[in-house]
Amino acid sequence: MDSFDDYALTAAVFLPLAGAIAMLLVPRDAEGTHKLLALATSVATLGVGGYLLANFDYDRAGDMQFGIDKPWIEVINSRYIVGIDGISLPLLILSMAIVVLVILYSWTHFPEPHNPKAFLILILILEAGMNGTFVAQDLILFFVFFEVVLLPMYFMIGVWGGENRQYAAIKFFLFTLFGSALMILSFLALFFLVQEANGGEGTFAIPDLIRLASDNITRDTQLLIFGGMFMGFAIKVPMFPFHTWLPDAHTQAPTQGSVILAAILLKLGTYGFIRIAIPILPDAAVEWAPWIGGLAVIGIIYGALGCLAQSDMKRLIAFSSVAHMGYVMLGIATLTDFGLNAAVFGMVAHGLITGMLFFVAGSVKERFHTLELARLGGLLKQAPRMGWILGFCAMASLGLPGLAGFWGEFPAILAAYNPAEGLSEELFRGYMVVAAIGTVFAAGYLLWMLQRAAFGEPKAEWDAVRISDMHWNEYAAWVPLLVFIVVLGVYPNLIFGLTDDAVRTAVSALGR
Amino acid sequence: MLHLLAQAEPFRSPTVDFHAFAPEIVLSVSIVVVLLVDLVFDERGKWATSSIAGIGLLAALVPVLTLAVDGADRSLFDGAYVVDNFALVMKALFLLSGYVTILISARYIAEGDYYEGEYYFMLLCSLLGMLVMGSARDLISIFVALELLSIPAYLLAGWRKRDLRGNEASLKYYLLGVFAAAVMLYGMSLIFGVTGSTILTEIGAALDGGEAPAPIVVVGILFIVIGFAFKVSAVPFHTWAPDTYEGAPTPITAYLSVASKAAGFVALLQLVFIGFLGRSDVWGPLFWVLAAITMTVGNLIALRQTNIVRMLAYSSVAQAGFMLAPFAVAGDIDVDRGGPLAAIPPVVTYLLIYAAMNLGAFAVVMVVARKTRSGELSSYGGLFEYAPGLAVLMTVFIFALAGIPPLGGWLAKFVVFRALLDAGTPAAIVLAVIAAVNSVISLFYYASVAREMWMRPVPDGDRAPIRIPASLGSALALAAAFTLLFGVSNVATRFGDLAIFGFLP
Repeated sequence: MDSFDDYALTAAVFLPLAGAIAMLLVPRDAEGTHKLLALATSVATLGVGGYLLANFDYDRAGDMQFGIDKPWIEVINSRYIVGIDGISLPLLILSMAIVVLVILYSWTHFPEPHNPKAFLILILILEAGMNGTFVAQDLILFFVFFEVVLLPMYFMIGVWGGENRQYAAIKFFLFTLFGSALMILSFLALFFLVQEANGGEGTFAIPDLIRLASDNITRDTQLLIFGGMFMGFAIKVPMFPFHTWLPDAHTQAPTQGSVILAAILLKLGTYGFIRIAIPILPDAAVEWAPWIGGLAVIGIIYGALGCLAQSDMKRLIAFSSVAHMGYVMLGIATLTDFGLNAAVFGMVAHGLITGMLFFVAGSVKERFHTLELARLGGLLKQAPRMGWILGFCAMASLGLPGLAGFWGEFPAILAAYNPAEGLSEELFRGYMVVAAIGTVFAAGYLLWMLQRAAFGEPKAEWDAVRISDMHWNEYAAWVPLLVFIVVLGVYPNLIFGLTDDAVRTAVSALGR
Repeated sequence: MLHLLAQAEPFRSPTVDFHAFAPEIVLSVSIVVVLLVDLVFDERGKWATSSIAGIGLLAALVPVLTLAVDGADRSLFDGAYVVDNFALVMKALFLLSGYVTILISARYIAEGDYYEGEYYFMLLCSLLGMLVMGSARDLISIFVALELLSIPAYLLAGWRKRDLRGNEASLKYYLLGVFAAAVMLYGMSLIFGVTGSTILTEIGAALDGGEAPAPIVVVGILFIVIGFAFKVSAVPFHTWAPDTYEGAPTPITAYLSVASKAAGFVALLQLVFIGFLGRSDVWGPLFWVLAAITMTVGNLIALRQTNIVRMLAYSSVAQAGFMLAPFAVAGDIDVDRGGPLAAIPPVVTYLLIYAAMNLGAFAVVMVVARKTRSGELSSYGGLFEYAPGLAVLMTVFIFALAGIPPLGGWLAKFVVFRALLDAGTPAAIVLAVIAAVNSVISLFYYASVAREMWMRPVPDGDRAPIRIPASLGSALALAAAFTLLFGVSNVATRFGDLAIFGFLP
């Protein structure tokens, strides 16, 4: 099976597309076939993920593995370069797994206007885009995959979303597109500015750019280019003050859309910082880091305060995403291997936990047809199992030690104590204090949400309504997530062991 | 008088390279066949004309391919007529987009009870003009080609002669077109006056020396460029486009917005990069202004349209702005990066990709109009529910036009951005930023079509599925295949790079 190594990543990206094309050919009425096809495709893709896990050389987690490098668009010297290291692997597996679970969850939970064919095809296209982004090692390839996820998500929100879906969909689209426009200009600038050093030909290959960019571009230009990339990635994360699209998109998106958005799409932004912006332009990263760190802690506090002001459960979880991604960005802004490790862990943990919270919110919405916290209450009595799961997720989300959330938050705060060379210690220790205060807020809003949704007596208006507890496919979709939240919480080395070498490679350019 | 004639050398016919002329000859033959068939057959046999026209176009593609395989650059009539890689790429584009035009015309013209035979005759004549334009490297042949491709187009625009808007479309197009031609001719006469030649390479050599008096050269170049600015509907010379596009039969609208626009760009490329190559100080700023206002004004007006054909018309105006942008910065590109000529491949690449996605969009408009009998944007409500295939195709074309990867359009915009940043002057970077902002603006109106199709209810509750005639279906399939192929491969950029001039001053 040695030869499959060369194609494994390509398969991971294009299997979902192949499945989507196959589904296009099946008539719309054959809903069962569509579900099976989509599930089979996503499971097969996850199987490729299993193969990657089994054959990944964990002793060389810092190097690119399963790499291939083929000509693609020759005139612009853009190549089809894919590969994964210890940073990409956990995110790639997360993306594959979440898609399987989302399809399982969808089995009986198709939002209006139903149409499983289109819905599942969009999910598979999304998966292709997400997997592609995590394996691409060429800026143009990365850009194409980064954009591929836009359209399916636009339609998912716009067609299957809530009351205000069209506004939310176009807002999501325009924000992201605006960032991408600046990002692609930055990529182009890199291409031209390394032209001379690269023997007269520009390049988009990330490894080449890491080698060439920082020595051959003037400092001021580096700052500008980093700024363009910052806009592209920060909008996707989203960082304060570019976060305003997120609550709208989350609130209006169907459950499955919210889960994918929270679990994977937001990570594309932070991943971009770690994979592209920092290794290619380390000097500019040092200049920008204080600002990024500042915005990150503002995001932590702002997100937390935003949560406290929400009356809608889904909107509350959306704002909590802003806060949690603030911790990830704070970890990144320290520019230390410790901080970046924390960031990658935080990305995975946030994917599992917030994905889970959105699942629960979706199921609550389905039963009560509302997410108004004022009308909810007593979930523990009406649907005790679901109530306990909500409680568990709230605990995980607020960073309870022993669950996954802790290892994303705590090391990020700790990393700020001792930021990379060239960054002001006082400033980052200040950030550390603010971020630590943020965890208190987090406990506050999550427990408050839990209290209002799950504790107390059920409201009188639900007396006549039979509220069912968990369904089989909810178990199927949620149990793996819950298990991993515990497993990663107890044994975080599963991720840290994988990322550590890769993260060291990423920050090795700093302070050269 | 007579003794003068007696002194002249006896006339010797020039040696004609018939291989070089083969595409034009094949097309001329099929024009004659179409005319004869139309004459001989009665009403029921008229359908044959469309098939003959289509086959004629594909047959004309064969010599284009053999010439491409042969690979040698051919120059005829002292350099007035040239067959080089540029000419071949453009001829292939004209023939293919002409073929798609015939595919989407077939049912429309047959069902509309219009003059079938004459329609295809006119269309082929206009295409012949375009083939000639691809090779024309002298002022006279450019003008002849332009008239040959325009005059049938004026008539075709008014083909629905009992429709008032059809009349308006034709008359507006005709008057403004003739006016533009007159302006251009005046410019040509000035250029001829100062350089003493009509051959582009010779003009290029004369202008580059800098001996020609500046003001006359400036006015001459200005007038010629303005003449073609009408043809490619650049702002502020675009005013005919929306009315003509709306009033003309939809297949002709597609034809005008793709093939006819491409012909205008071909002429501009030839004139600017052969004839006026050394005078980028004159045309550079001119194109900068044209490009900037064309994309901005086109987009802003497109935002306000409620009729899809008018919206596509303004969108095609805006797209022309993007195609003009590389001209604006050509003079600033370093010699070691290819010099001004490096601005040609982006334009050609853009033309190829634009042809695929725009023809596709118009094909969907035609299919939908067969059911709804309307071009209003609101008539697209709920299309996804009763015609999901069409809705998905339209989504592909629309977002390709908006430049969302991995659909074709992004690569077109990308190569333009690349040319702009390659030049790297402040003016070029400002233009790049204007273009970037415009890409985002354009998304608003492109997305509004998607919103109608996917997220709005069916306006009249009529959910009967739409039947797609075979010819339209194959046009759609062709356009969609190319739109996707161009987006994920290097086919379009390859052809863009291939399209180089064989003879330069």
